[in-house]
Amino acid sequence: MTTVMIAEAPVEVDAEGFLIKPEQWNETIAAAIAGENGIPVLTDRHWLVVRFMRDRYLQTGTAPSIRALGKESGVPVKELYELFPKGPAKLAAKIGGIPKPHGCI
Amino acid sequence: MKKRIVILGGGTGGTLTANRLRKRFGPDEAELHVVDRDDRHVYQPGLLFVPFGLADPDELVRPRRRQLRKGIEFHESEVEAVELDADRVRLAGGVELPYDALVVATGARLLPEETEGLTGDGWLERVFTFYDVEGATALREALARFDGGRLVVNIADMPIKCPVAPIEFAFLADWFLRERGVRAKTELVLSTPLDACFTKPIASKHLTHLLAEKEVELVTEFSAGEVDGVGGKLISYDGRELPFDLLVTVPIHGGAAYVGRSPGLGDALDWVPADPHTLQARAKENVFALGDATDVPTSKAGSVTHFEGELLDGNIARFLAGAELEASFDGHANCFVETGFKKALLIDFNYDTEPLPGRFPTALGPLPLLRESRVNHLGKLMFQWFYWHALLPGRELPGIGPAMPAAGKQYAA
Repeated sequence: MTTVMIAEAPVEVDAEGFLIKPEQWNETIAAAIAGENGIPVLTDRHWLVVRFMRDRYLQTGTAPSIRALGKESGVPVKELYELFPKGPAKLAAKIGGIPKPHGCI
Repeated sequence: MKKRIVILGGGTGGTLTANRLRKRFGPDEAELHVVDRDDRHVYQPGLLFVPFGLADPDELVRPRRRQLRKGIEFHESEVEAVELDADRVRLAGGVELPYDALVVATGARLLPEETEGLTGDGWLERVFTFYDVEGATALREALARFDGGRLVVNIADMPIKCPVAPIEFAFLADWFLRERGVRAKTELVLSTPLDACFTKPIASKHLTHLLAEKEVELVTEFSAGEVDGVGGKLISYDGRELPFDLLVTVPIHGGAAYVGRSPGLGDALDWVPADPHTLQARAKENVFALGDATDVPTSKAGSVTHFEGELLDGNIARFLAGAELEASFDGHANCFVETGFKKALLIDFNYDTEPLPGRFPTALGPLPLLRESRVNHLGKLMFQWFYWHALLPGRELPGIGPAMPAAGKQYAA
């Protein structure tokens, strides 16, 4: 766990740059993380997914999988990969300031 | 006044809860009903061993009603829907069961048909799952015939029951194929939608070497979108292809179908949202849920259900007495993880504590955590006896309580 500056704010992150405290997140931080991860501009469709992920995590303690995202967020799976290349669930979690999707070990 | 408690599901959580409630309440105090669509209680941890000839499928299944104490009424029926507003359950055929308290314990449902092509040509021929008795039994025949090629073990999507089982399957397959002398001709591949096999930092540090030792090729961030059973290809949503000669998949999971027919009870995947510490459902104050059926953020595993069950009957009694619920469930899970060659790991964790190394204290002596040992393997095998004779009847298991023990664990400085 280290403290880094993102968008001029000190935030605690894990070894891969995921925020450890979701309450330290804001939209400027989200845009900065997106920029560092190959998404120069967050469109309304990006925000839809990021907010859905974040709200679901804060409500239930678990972020949805790609299939659940495709089923419930209103953004189809194919588009999720266009918006967040390679790993939509992981990247949207990172931008949304919530922990990386993980298993039990 | 006599209360009526209806329990949906006669598996681990439903049986344990019914039996504990029967011990807690006399026949004049509460009427207990358990509903399940069949009378086959499967010891699910045993399914992992079936494909390798290490367990006989017949020995894993017992009648559900025989696991229930006297004075519990068993209804063998599909659930049509839960009517939250009317506080009653409607069964198939029109029978209605009103309740003062409802327990949802109907577990998870396998949804292989939700992955395109999975149940098409090749299903149960070169494409299998070991997550049910029929699949595990069919896979046993296929593995006995397997004489080399690409064996792909796939996790379609999270969440799944027993998230370590696919990893155990890969490790046991390595052992099994070595014993049969065909390991050198086999490529063993494990594909996961997550970004690693071991995703928690400490477990990853202690266990990642196992993949190299057992020569398991890992494919990460692979979300299975489609199966071509004839061409032998597993295709991800982002267009990557994994060729296979034999595919062992853990299909998509969802909650029970009636949850979707019961407005307000479940989420979009038919899991039942519940308070992670009291197990009261979000839907209504007289509804509780435990085990795989819930959305609480811990593993879908028998040990979790067991620990939840040891606390839930207390909260149901508190609710019926008009008292405040206890927010005591800590997310505790405790799982043996088979690694082949008669060894196993043990992991023990909860909502706040990731699996740590050290020793797990039991009445029979300490068991090593996050480390392979023969004693853990014996523990896993012995557990089946405890399951039928102590856990399901609702007796306390010696030395294993619902709260995660801190003693013996090596916490980081």
